[in-house]
Amino acid sequence: MGKLTIAAVAEISDNQHVGNPSDVVLRIEGLRTELRVEQGVIKAVDDVSFTLHRGDTLGIVGESGCGKSMTALSIMGLLPRPIGKIAGGSIELEGVGNLADFSDKQMRDVRGNQMSMIFQEPMTSLNPVFTVGYQICEAINIHHRLSKTAAKARAIEMLELVGIPVPVSRFDNYPHQLSGGMRQRIMIAMALVGRPKIMLADEPTTALDVTIQAQILKLMNTLKSEIGTSILLITHDLGVIAKMAKRVLVMYAGVVVEEADVRDLFAKPMHPYTVGLLQSIPTAEHAIGGRRRLHSIRGVVPSMLALPRGCRFCDRCPDVHERCHQSEPPLISPDSDRRSGRKVRCWLHEAPQNHG
Amino acid sequence: MADSNPNITANDATPTIAPLLEVRGLKRHFPLKSGLFQQQKQAVLAVDGVDLTINSGETLGLVGESGCGKSTLGRVIVRLDEPTAGEILFEGTDIATLNDEQLQPFRRQIQIVFQNPFSSLNPRLTAGNMLNEPLKLHGIRNKDARHKRVYELLDLVGLQAEHYHRYPHEFSGGQRQRLGIARALALNPKLIVCDEPVSALDVSIQSQILNLLQDLQDDFGLSYLFISHDLSVVEHMSDRVAVMYLGRIVELASAADLYKNTYHPYTRALMSALLVPDPTIESTEIILEGNVPSPVDPPPGCHFTTRCPFATETCSTTTPQLKEHEPGHWVRCSRIDDIS
Repeated sequence: MGKLTIAAVAEISDNQHVGNPSDVVLRIEGLRTELRVEQGVIKAVDDVSFTLHRGDTLGIVGESGCGKSMTALSIMGLLPRPIGKIAGGSIELEGVGNLADFSDKQMRDVRGNQMSMIFQEPMTSLNPVFTVGYQICEAINIHHRLSKTAAKARAIEMLELVGIPVPVSRFDNYPHQLSGGMRQRIMIAMALVGRPKIMLADEPTTALDVTIQAQILKLMNTLKSEIGTSILLITHDLGVIAKMAKRVLVMYAGVVVEEADVRDLFAKPMHPYTVGLLQSIPTAEHAIGGRRRLHSIRGVVPSMLALPRGCRFCDRCPDVHERCHQSEPPLISPDSDRRSGRKVRCWLHEAPQNHG
Repeated sequence: MADSNPNITANDATPTIAPLLEVRGLKRHFPLKSGLFQQQKQAVLAVDGVDLTINSGETLGLVGESGCGKSTLGRVIVRLDEPTAGEILFEGTDIATLNDEQLQPFRRQIQIVFQNPFSSLNPRLTAGNMLNEPLKLHGIRNKDARHKRVYELLDLVGLQAEHYHRYPHEFSGGQRQRLGIARALALNPKLIVCDEPVSALDVSIQSQILNLLQDLQDDFGLSYLFISHDLSVVEHMSDRVAVMYLGRIVELASAADLYKNTYHPYTRALMSALLVPDPTIESTEIILEGNVPSPVDPPPGCHFTTRCPFATETCSTTTPQLKEHEPGHWVRCSRIDDIS
């Protein structure tokens, strides 16, 4: 009885901590995405749930093939056809409905207006045979009925907003005439033209140089507060996560293995995979005072077609024990950390009352 | 001669040991031809007068943004590309002007590991055949001896004997990079140019490869020229670090020194743009305006003038030289005394 009350109190403060529930812009529950390939069915996203609050940046971090991009593509309704489909769960967008049930036609209305996405490769995601101005106007025309001159004025306004010098002359440039950083700015201009509620950014700065990366990240933060867009940021770079995100999901082999506020995650990572990831980054400080061996996670990411039995990380985990091979741990709040809304998928951090 | 090369004085403490590799005034210009008679109008100044040395057993890091010429420099040192001017002294012999036949003995000594483990391996050769090839070319005639060496190499880089008969597509990215390293090791080289060896790999695999490179260096006394755009990886791997901008080295110092006392405004900006995986650190970022100028028509004087917050008029007229600002710490900036 007493325990229950404490749990209930913790639940309440939990909610307060993560913000007013009415502030939720995107709520994902039990999302499952499957890819049908020759060798079988890949569960690329396996029971992923999270919420994104207004004005927040939620980071999803993980290595290649962990399902982070597939999560974003599921939300956008851009899964590769015909092999990909949403096999279960709901994607609740505030004021719009469950996107998982939407038809292609309905999704076209949502994309660009309510949600938009920027990709890793700014060169391949722009059409090389049209001027950037034309492409931005196209994005405007799909969603708003504007005259040609009004659309152009709006496009130039957007170019200015994303910090492109001399926007009037850049309007007539083709993508190849712009640098990588400029192209990514154009992508952002295009994504924000409909003032969307959510911007999904899939490795937005991975292809850019560090000094340009700093410019783009700063721009994304400025625009987030100016336009009031929430950002879902997908990256493999923990440095980018530390700088940008408020809350973080760590994904591994299609599942969320840890969810926490960014400061908690970096201060006290709980899942052995997160711990390993953080330790394997070389930081400049380490170099001082002689050579130091980097920590490394043994083995490789398992094939999604041949996942190990039990915990998906058990083959590579330094703290593996018998139970890990028997069954997969659930994603639960560890007992010691109920208040911060942390979740971890590991038998090591299982709350005692769940022992039964 | 000595005063033109930053590393001679840097190594004063051990004057008896000649450097393994010494590069003097190295240039690589790519001519751009246009017009009716294909006249050369302009040139891409990819490497524009680089001096550096690598000592035996040392790792020299080379860091810079895309297009700064770091990869071209690496390729020229391995002689995959012809230098336009300058000398490449390997153990005292200038290999810059040697022809293919004369180069043959030096090819054994200087090897390269490429960035992309997907495109740098021949998809039609099994791992075993791939590693056999350099051994055949360099005159190990005995087949059994070659096979023995190949299995030895696979073991050295952490692959298994069963991988001998596999094709590149059957390997993961990290395993392919191990294969690339094994290929570079095959002929017992003294110097390996590592051109962004881990940038295509995931974080957890990246640390495995970096550890492997360090282990091999300890075991075989290898020297590395470690090229990367990632400042923290370079810091971790290198004894000394050279920072390159638009074909020129702008700062060169020991890794620890460069991190503690950064002088060149470009290096400072690079350092501040480095994202530290710690959310509690409020970074005081120096955000550089604009982009790297084109190496076809670099700004006159100091190449960094167009983006430098400290630039004055003289910066755009006179080209600063790489000078020793502190013992072993070389900086190319004419305003160094005002800004440090």
